[in-house]
Amino acid sequence: MQRIGVFVCWCGSNIAATVDVKRVAETLGQEPGVVYSADYQYMCSENGQQLIKTAIKEHGLTGIVVCSCSPRMHEATFRKTAESAGLNPYMVEIANIREQVSWIHKDIEEATVKAIILGRTAIAKLLLNTPLTAGETGVTKRALVIGGGIAGIQTALDIAEAGYEVDIVEQRPTIGGRMAQLDKTFPTLDCAACILTPKMVDCAQNEKIDILSYSEVEEVKGFVGNFTVKIRKKARYIDEKKCTGCGICMSVCPSKKGLNEFNMNLNNRPAAYIPFAQAIPNVAVIDPEQCIKLKTGKCGLCSMKCEAKAIDYTQQDSFVERNYGAIVVATGFKIADLKYFNEYGYADNKDVITSLELERLMNAAGPTKGTLLRPSDNTHPHVITFIQCVGSRDISGCGKPYCSKICCMYTAKHAMLIREKYPDTEVHVFYIDVRTPGKNYDEFYRRAVEQYDVDYIKGMVGKVYNENGKLMVQGSDLLSNEQITIASDLVVLAAAIEPEPSVRKIATLLTTSIDTNNFLTEAHAKLRPVESPTAGIFLSGMCQGPKDIPETVSQASACAAKVIGLLAKDKLKCNPCVSISDDSMCIGCGTCANVCPYGAITYVDKEFRLGGGKTEVRRVASVNEAVCQGCGACTVACPSGAIDLKGFTTKQIMAEVEAVCKR
Amino acid sequence: MQEINKEYQPLIVAFCCNWCSYAGADLAGSSRLSYPANVKIIRVPCSCRVNPMFILKAFQRGADGVIMCGCHPGDCHYTTGNYYARRRMTLLFDMLDYLGIEKERTRVEWVSAAEGVKFSNVMNEFAAKICELGENKRLEDLRCKE
Ligand code: FES
Repeated sequence: MQRIGVFVCWCGSNIAATVDVKRVAETLGQEPGVVYSADYQYMCSENGQQLIKTAIKEHGLTGIVVCSCSPRMHEATFRKTAESAGLNPYMVEIANIREQVSWIHKDIEEATVKAIILGRTAIAKLLLNTPLTAGETGVTKRALVIGGGIAGIQTALDIAEAGYEVDIVEQRPTIGGRMAQLDKTFPTLDCAACILTPKMVDCAQNEKIDILSYSEVEEVKGFVGNFTVKIRKKARYIDEKKCTGCGICMSVCPSKKGLNEFNMNLNNRPAAYIPFAQAIPNVAVIDPEQCIKLKTGKCGLCSMKCEAKAIDYTQQDSFVERNYGAIVVATGFKIADLKYFNEYGYADNKDVITSLELERLMNAAGPTKGTLLRPSDNTHPHVITFIQCVGSRDISGCGKPYCSKICCMYTAKHAMLIREKYPDTEVHVFYIDVRTPGKNYDEFYRRAVEQYDVDYIKGMVGKVYNENGKLMVQGSDLLSNEQITIASDLVVLAAAIEPEPSVRKIATLLTTSIDTNNFLTEAHAKLRPVESPTAGIFLSGMCQGPKDIPETVSQASACAAKVIGLLAKDKLKCNPCVSISDDSMCIGCGTCANVCPYGAITYVDKEFRLGGGKTEVRRVASVNEAVCQGCGACTVACPSGAIDLKGFTTKQIMAEVEAVCKR
Repeated sequence: MQEINKEYQPLIVAFCCNWCSYAGADLAGSSRLSYPANVKIIRVPCSCRVNPMFILKAFQRGADGVIMCGCHPGDCHYTTGNYYARRRMTLLFDMLDYLGIEKERTRVEWVSAAEGVKFSNVMNEFAAKICELGENKRLEDLRCKE
């Protein structure tokens, strides 16, 4: 018979204000099997844990139930407590009386009764617990970073710095990401390329870092410490080893109609191209949609001119498979689709552009070589109107409910840069609120208003329409309560940002969770912001939520620190809650192996004694404990009920069901 | 145990997978989004761990409604668990309906870790539905009644 101890936590007033903790402790103390019960202000505190340890020793407890916050919060804590008092850590059960009781119910009687039922349920389960021991697995000392923007670059550099190997997988032909497209960065106005490209070069030169550009993650198997990842290297039709990046193919390519993605489609590029001058790797790529040779078989000019003989029209996608201990997602963001925002005339007017397009128009390496010209007629715009929060903070369902966070600052930057370079330009900004938290940020914004005379108008824009070549921006000025129309030459939309669409597929491959806005969910919003809920998967940069560059870089380094912490371990404890098959019941049908997502079940021939000295050889299931992740799919599929899941056995769950149903 | 309320309180058992729905319930809790106290959650590693027997047992022991929550299709922590669970539950609920446990008393919902609001809405709605249907008389194992 077990000797159970019940520990009821007040969680300060979080639980105690709504649940009569004393009554819970007393009532549960009467339950069969329970020999000790206590309540305490903070069970998770040093003193609370000490109380548990002392009770385990003094009362010879064989298992404990802690009625406290969610097991997702402190199960691990209390398991350690139990272990340090000599108890098996899996002889601990948690009754979640905070998230499931005190925080959601107001009536004390009702809440107390529910807390008691949850406590009983935990006791019912614990009565059937058996001590479990965790096995160990090794750790592959190599990390994978998905995404080669500033987030991925910083994470990779930091991991490499600590001496571990890192691979960067980037879906585009070059690393650099969005930051490479920017002109200047706030609040210091230093040029993005000047601070980013040295880091890109560092990545290329670091022998611990391997860059797989123009590649995508195809398949992920395994678990923390032991992932196996299949990576697709898309055909670039160029031999990466031979290409010197001289650019001759670009200049001779007769097909010049491909949209230049790097310049936000504002101009065209040849079918054979290098995205930008400082691309890493500095290797060309051929766009199969545009290449005349690949489409019609005639042409081949680039291959004739290429001195390095790097062109290979027959190249196919290839695959590499590598092992990793940790995976970092750093997939970044894109500008949200503006299809629901017709009122701003983005689709119909060439001179209504997004801020990222403006960024390219102001960049010396951009389509206009840095002179600000209107896309429609290449003239200087004299009146420029910025519209903030386009698609952000929108609860109508057309846009994004969140604040994109970076727009207020980059608009102030744009306004300032334009006024600095072209003092005769009039700049207006329609805003809902100006949000500038951050070091030197509000000062920066005030400079735009005070020093550069940018006209900030609080109000929303109703519509933008074209009248005789002028873009009429119609909006309301909330402060003077007037309707105003500004005849502008150029309209710039601070469009919402959203996670790069590939993140959905990646989240599925990594079985990590994504929120309603397609941002990846962190393990804990405050305390574990760079880890995903799935062990061994880490989050860096915008894929987790809107961030500016300084924040992205800090998060990227934080993420690297977590990865290094993991890779520095030689052994990891496995989850002991794995499946176990009862040979005497197994009929060797193979159903469990079919449903197992990890291939953890194999069949072995075993010899069984039949009595009377006779034996029989039968095929039975055998679970590889290091590979099993403990989902329990096999347990329900098994027609003979031979497989069970340790820690969540059929009997245990049945006992829980009975306990919650007891009125 | 003594009755808390004079009027009838239905009993609802909710099976929640550890990775999404249980976390969603936690989020509902930390966002202080209430739902009826007669919803009792049982944590399972994945929706595919929910054996039809658990549900039958719940109904036998007097549950008035059973809801199973898991990660959204495609988002299961174990990749495919919820697909098995979905198919299994469709069959089971059909059979239960045949046995006299109305379809409205059983439900499958996908709740992600970020959907605290959805979790509480679903529970409120489901509880209201069960209240409407009243006490579940079928499948009760009479031997359990004192
Ligand atoms: S883990 Fe949530 S349904 Fe499988």
